[in-house]
Amino acid sequence: MYNAGKIIAGLIVFLLIVTYPFINRVVTKPVVDAEKVERLKIKKPKEFTIAEHMTILDEWRDSAVRDGRRIYMGSDEKKYPISLQRNCLLCHPKERLCDRCHNYVGVKPYCWNCHIEAKE
Amino acid sequence: MGISRREFLKVAGLSAIAGVGGSWVLSIPAKRDAEAYEFLRHPKALTAKKWGMVVDLRRFKTQEDYRKVIEACHNIHNVPQFDNPKHEIKWIWTDTFKHAFPGQEHKYIMEKLEHKPFLLLCNHCENPPCVRVCPTKATFKSKDGGIIMQDPHRCIGCRFCMAGCPYGARSFNWRDPRPFVKKINPGYPLRTIGVVEKCTFCEERLARGLIPACVEASNGGLIFGDLGDPDSEVRTALRANYTIRRKSELGTEPSVFYIIEI
Repeated sequence: MYNAGKIIAGLIVFLLIVTYPFINRVVTKPVVDAEKVERLKIKKPKEFTIAEHMTILDEWRDSAVRDGRRIYMGSDEKKYPISLQRNCLLCHPKERLCDRCHNYVGVKPYCWNCHIEAKE
Repeated sequence: MGISRREFLKVAGLSAIAGVGGSWVLSIPAKRDAEAYEFLRHPKALTAKKWGMVVDLRRFKTQEDYRKVIEACHNIHNVPQFDNPKHEIKWIWTDTFKHAFPGQEHKYIMEKLEHKPFLLLCNHCENPPCVRVCPTKATFKSKDGGIIMQDPHRCIGCRFCMAGCPYGARSFNWRDPRPFVKKINPGYPLRTIGVVEKCTFCEERLARGLIPACVEASNGGLIFGDLGDPDSEVRTALRANYTIRRKSELGTEPSVFYIIEI
């Protein structure tokens, strides 16, 4: 092979450049997506909750109903039972947690056809 | 000029290494991300290979024995009471031998058996026809325990499962059930108009380490446990007694067994 040295050196450089994102990921500490971490904590900024609560409820619902895993542990290592009636609504009354925004924007999710607001 | 055998093998070897190594590298970031949160089981959750039940009808003597069991279930699960029998919602109910075991009755049957109420509920079949026909996978077999579950979020009310179930274990909500629930249990949701419901072997109680409500109220008349564990209470009862199952000839492999010695 002519110019073997140059070609092999070039190939090595090329491979390094192409695999740089992966090598970087392995060698250095993984870059943690700040937004994702925020999503995983239960105490979230209001804006985040407003934008993402449907996705969170959907994931929690699927885990509880489909997989029978009814406890959520986020990145803050705290555990929360996945239940509206046994968890969320015990501290946050429905009027404040749900209705304030839903009434304002005029959406009527049918959660409350079945789920019951905690009165106790 | 084509490549030599040696060159070909070199290229093939390098490609294989690149393929295997590449897929390993690609799998790393995904794993790291998944560690950030988890869905866990309750530490006390009861688990089984396949949940099953033995109904020991020798222990059911008075109307009261049946009522206690049915009420325990229906109160906990907010099951409505409709006056119109066409709207009836039932999770656990009674019927005669003739209706519970069609094909096994005959006109000379012992009188005691003919009039004895049989406690009926979803059989949590190993081979459930309701699951096969559900177009939305709203009803499904749970991964652990093989409980036939109902996800009302996904139910579109087509009632295929009711047609598929040979045991009549499923009920459709023709009306909004809320006004017909005498005392609402705030620890369990209601259902809405247009969805199908049935017994879930108290999956929500098993997840918290409690046995099903009917078993708890039955005073030994209902035996519940893991059919996959040879030393479990159900298996012991099945070994010691002659038991029958409803319509087992259909091949659904029901998980509810009856001891009918009376």
